Order: sequence, then structure tokens, then C-alpha cells
Amino acid sequence: MWEKIKEFASEFFVTGDPLIYGADVTIVLTLIAIVSGLTYFKKWKWLWREWLTTVDHKKIGIMYILAAFLMLFRGGVDALLMRAQLAMPELNFLPPDHYNQIFTTHGVIMILFMAMPFMFGLFNIMVPLQLGARDVAYPFLNSLSFWLFFSGAMLFNLSFVIGGSPDAGWLAYPPYSGTMYNPGVGQDFYIWGIQISGLGSLMTGINFLVTILKMRAPGMKLMKMPMFSWSVLSSCIAIIFSFPILTATLALLFLDRYAGAHFFTLDGGGNPMMYINLIWMWGHPEVYIIVLPAFGIFSEIVSTFSKKKLFGYKSMVWAMMIISVLSFLVWAHHFFTMGSGADVNAFFALTTMLIAIPTGVKVFNWLFTMFRGRITFETPMLWTIGFIPCFIVGGLTGVLLSVAPADFQFHNSYFLVAHFHQVIIGGVVFGYFAGLYYWWPKMFGFTLNERIGKWAFWFWNIGFYCCFMPQYVLGLMGMTRRVVTYSWDKGWWELNLVSTIGAVLMAIAFLFQVWQIVDGFKHQAKNRDTTGDPWNGRTLEWSIPSPAPVYNFAVLPNVSRQDEWWEQKQSAGAHQTIKQKLEPIHMPKNSGVPIVMSAFWFIAGFGFIFDWTGFIYTGLAGVVGCLLYHSFNYDTDYYIPVDEIERTEAAIRKVNI
Amino acid sequence: MVPSNSHQTPEGHGSFKSYTIGFFCSIILTLIPITVVMNDWLEGTWNSVVLMTAAVLQLMVQLLFFMHLREENKPRYNLISLVLGLVILLVIVAGSMWIMLYNMVAV
Repeated sequence: MWEKIKEFASEFFVTGDPLIYGADVTIVLTLIAIVSGLTYFKKWKWLWREWLTTVDHKKIGIMYILAAFLMLFRGGVDALLMRAQLAMPELNFLPPDHYNQIFTTHGVIMILFMAMPFMFGLFNIMVPLQLGARDVAYPFLNSLSFWLFFSGAMLFNLSFVIGGSPDAGWLAYPPYSGTMYNPGVGQDFYIWGIQISGLGSLMTGINFLVTILKMRAPGMKLMKMPMFSWSVLSSCIAIIFSFPILTATLALLFLDRYAGAHFFTLDGGGNPMMYINLIWMWGHPEVYIIVLPAFGIFSEIVSTFSKKKLFGYKSMVWAMMIISVLSFLVWAHHFFTMGSGADVNAFFALTTMLIAIPTGVKVFNWLFTMFRGRITFETPMLWTIGFIPCFIVGGLTGVLLSVAPADFQFHNSYFLVAHFHQVIIGGVVFGYFAGLYYWWPKMFGFTLNERIGKWAFWFWNIGFYCCFMPQYVLGLMGMTRRVVTYSWDKGWWELNLVSTIGAVLMAIAFLFQVWQIVDGFKHQAKNRDTTGDPWNGRTLEWSIPSPAPVYNFAVLPNVSRQDEWWEQKQSAGAHQTIKQKLEPIHMPKNSGVPIVMSAFWFIAGFGFIFDWTGFIYTGLAGVVGCLLYHSFNYDTDYYIPVDEIERTEAAIRKVNI
Repeated sequence: MVPSNSHQTPEGHGSFKSYTIGFFCSIILTLIPITVVMNDWLEGTWNSVVLMTAAVLQLMVQLLFFMHLREENKPRYNLISLVLGLVILLVIVAGSMWIMLYNMVAV
């Protein structure tokens, strides 16, 4: 009996690596600390009522961002491990198979479990407030989306201590991700982690598309909408049409692995290149999905901190919509070297270059918005100004890569690695940080320490260039991506060492950010945002108190122009409180179904990964049970009575005075 | 939340007649492929053509009679997204065929 358990455990848990044992101990200790802390302070009920079952978009957004920060930490540790291994030639810090696992999880986590939830967090917190709405269109679905994402992310992260991590690269190309070369459970963790969280992403896309189309405040025509909301709309369109492709592709890969199908195998009539073709049909729109909202955030910030209306509003809207559709027409540039011939490569090279045009339009719009503006340099604006040159360089190296014949030289070299890190860190990450700093007072009701924020900004920026500029050169010198080590005679070590130093600088920058947030919470009483409008903002989210009350707007605003709140402040009757009649507010009720249903998805996914039928049936039955329970539950909403609104508003005002 | 009075807007939700027609159309369009396949009436290309035609017609029946595509008020978001979806579907199918069939390595 004992022997059997030992045998099972040695296969079930990942063994043999001191780094992993360290992680095991840390995970167990952290869990014990969290559980005992919650029990000691009797916070379980509070946690369940206020957070885990909430359907309030603002709280869901905060949970998304918290999860994204945790994932940024894990993905960042992966990055540091890789850079440590590559710092000097012929190091044996990480064995090759472990190195493969680390670059795989780094990529998956950073894109799918860091950038996506960070983006959804910002969607959640700001879109309803910008639109003058009281919640998203489908609050229950919103909570379900979050918990599905969370289940998927946990499932994926479990793989490194249980069963073994995936190691076939962030897009899991077959045949290496097939059972022939990858018989373990790692790739199944990959498939189910992404499938379950992908369900959530698709539902969030639908949710925000409907919210934007149907829930805008009275009078807010589409062309009077804040630019961030436009960027969310364009991103959601791409989500809705691209995520089904991902789901279908991974489902086919799963059938190959689980049911012995031959879609992407080398034998039996399959073709692994079809997988590469299909996955990039999702993969390319995906990068625009994450970068478009960042463009929206920069547009808001540039206009606020230059005290000017956004230059070229219409061209910005068109640029975004064109990018979101054009992003579906460029996917083959990821595999020019596959051998599809000159016609195919020429077509996809041209469409890729075309995307540079609307992107260039945006850059000029931001520059002209700043031109002759009264710019102030608070942290959100710093990130924006840091972004522009960084993104231009990243974009231009992208255009170089889009030249198909030249790509045969750059393909899968460190030049490519440097390029996509530059657009994704310089564009997406800087953008989300800018958004986080910009909207932080609205989320939590206090401002952050600007000094620490500036330290974080400079460390991030200098660290970034220090890390990735040498990689362009390394790529041109012939260093290919995913190599675990290199020899002394290559002449690559100086540049690699500089690159590692850059990575460490970015890690220090992350610590500054954590310190800044901790410091903010510690001194929040001193830094309370009593105005609700700390940056002298332009859009509706700044017209309500910080943090926003549960119903957002006591009276729905009437919108008649762009930058409605700014215009109201400019006109003579600013801050006039017209005594408008309050009405009872219709609100959704909290629900425990999303978290329970996602837990069942987790169980089912776990069952599929290990092929444990008991888990599969329990999980799927639980999912169906939750669906039925929610379908027959008619007690889903309530009204906030007028006197309660009056009390809440009075309480907020008292604090404000 | 979406205002609960959205049910009172003039957007139609079909009549008994339209549901009945749709129901029978979809039954017939299901029976055709089943009988063709079960009785081995057709082979090869013609078989695929009949099955695919039935599938496309079935899709249109669902959209027109049950998803109320015709009865949508302006702006016609459902129609717009359907058209965009079809365009992207075309891109996926035609693009994949183009890329994969001209593939010098895979052939």
C-alpha cells in the first residue's frame, strides 16, 4: 500500500529539482498563512460576500488586476531564470528540459494570464464608468468570466509542481506537442488551462461589446464616446472573432492527444503546419487585442495631461477599427519560412506593412495632441511619453520583419525576440501601467506616491532598453531564440550579460511598484482623493466620487458632447448640483454560482489532463448542475431604495468636505 | 444590467406561424441528409454537395426564423456582425487553402 502511494506520488508530483522543491515549500507555507490568517481574523464570510461572489464590475476588475500582478511576478521570475542561465556562456544553471519548460510558461503566462486579465481588469473598472452606466450588460456573466479565467490560470500554474510543465513553446507547435514527442501531461495542462480561461475571455468580449453598444448614457452617441471605450470596442470585435479559432484549434490538438486523431500528426494524413496556420489566425489578432486598449489608455492620458482635446478623434476611431479588422489578414507573416511560395508571402508582407499606416496615424495624433499643450509630467503621462519612442522602434523593427525575404534571416532569431518584447512591453505593459496609475485614485480612493512611481518608471525604462537592445544585435549575430546555452567562441557573452543586467533592473522596478502600492495603502488616509477628479480629467468617470459608489451614478448623466465632464467644468454652471429626482436603482444580486461552476470546470479539466474519468464526470455534472440552478433562479436582482441612495451620497459628501 | 423593459420594445419575437414554418423547414432539412446518408443514395462529390447545401440552408432557417434576423431594429448590429463573421470565415477557409495548397514543403 505504502509503496503504491510512494510510486504514485513520485509520478504525480514533479521531483528532483531543488528549485521546484523550494517552490513547493513556498506554496504550502503561503497557503497555510492565507487560510490561518483568514480564519484568525474571521474574514471568510467577508471574503465570500464582498469579493468571491460579487457581480460588481469594479470589484471584479480589482480581482483581475490582482491576479495579473501575481502572474506578472511568476512570469517575471521565469524571465529572470532564463536570463540567469544565459548571462554567461556554457552555464549549467538550468538543464535544457527545464529551460524549455520555463520559456514556455513564461510566454503563456505573460500573454494569456498576465496581459489578458490586466486588460480585462481595466475594461471592467473603467468602461461602465466612462459610459455613464451602472454596470456591464451581463454582470453574472462577468463574474463567471473572471472565475473561468482564474480556474484556467490556476490549472496551468499547477503544472509545474504536479505532473510537469508544458515545454513545447508558448504556442505548442506540433509535432513536438503531440503525444509522440510529449507523452506527459504538461501539454494537457496547457490545453485545458487555456481552453477554460479562453471561455471566460470570449464571454468578456461579448459582454463589453454589448455594454458599449447598449448601455451608454443618454445622449452619448458612438462618436462622442471616450477613446478608451472605442479601443475596448475594437478589441472586443477581435476577441469575438478570433477566440473561437483558438478554441477549435486547441480542441483539435486535444483530440490528437486524447483520442488518437490525426489532424496535426506527421502520419495518418495529418499536417502539423495546419496547426501553425490556424493558431496564428488567433495569435495575430490576439496581439492587437491586447495592444488596442493600451492605445486607448494613452489617448485618454495624453489629452488629460496636455489639457487639450484629443487631436484627430475621428481618424483615431477609424485607425482602431481598421486595425481590428486588418489584424485578421496578416497571420502568415509568422511563418514566411514555411515555404508557401512568393505569392502568399508577398500578400501577407503587404498586409502587414499596411497595418503600420493606421498605427502611424495614431502616433501623430498623440504628438499633435501634446503640441502646444500645457503638459504636466505625472506618472501616467511619463509612461505615455516613455511609450511613444519605444513603440516606434518596436513597430519599425516589425516592418523590417515583415519583409518576407529578409525574414528568412531574422526568423526565430533574437532579433524577433527583441521586436515582440519591445512592442509588448513598450506598448502593452507600459500602457496598462499608465492606465493603472491614471485610474488608481478612482479604483481605491487615494493617490499613490509619485516619487516612488517615478523611480519605478525610470528603472523599467532603462532596464528595458538595457535588456532588449543588445538582443537585436545578438539576433543579427546569429543567436537563435530558445537556445539554452552558447559557447565562448561565439562572441555573444558581453551582450548577453548586458541583457541580463537589464532584466534585473526591470525586476527592481517591479519591486518599486509593489513598494509604491504598499506605501499607498499605508498612507491612504493622508492621500485621500476627496475631489473624485485628481488629474482634472475630461471624461465621465471623474464626475463621480472616488471610489465610485456601488451604483456608480446616483443620477444617470446626460451627455451632449465629447469630453462631457471637461466641458461641464468649463461652462459657467460648473459643479452646480441640480436637484434631480432620485429613483430606485435596479441592481444585480451577488451570486456564488460563477465560482462554484468554475471550480467544477477546474475538476473536469484536471480529469481530462490525467484521464481520470471520475473527475471528468463529477466536473461536467457539476457544470450542468450549476447551469440548471442558475436558469431556474429568478431571484437575481433588487432595487436600491431612494433613501439609501441619499444616505450613501450624503456620507460621501461628508467625507469630501 | 440591460434595462428589463427591453422586452417591451417593438422588436418582434416571431409568431406562431413563423415558428411553425421554421420548425418544419429545419425538420425537412435534417431529414434530407439523414436519408441520403442512411440509404447510400449518393456518392462522392454529390454527396458532399447535398450535405453542405442542406447545412447552409439549415443555418439560414435558424437565423431567419429563430434568431429573428429580419425583425431587428436599426442599427442592425446583429446583421453587421453576421456579415463580418462571414467575411472572416471566408478569410479563414480561403486563406488556409491558399497557404496550405501552395505549400512547397508540405506537399
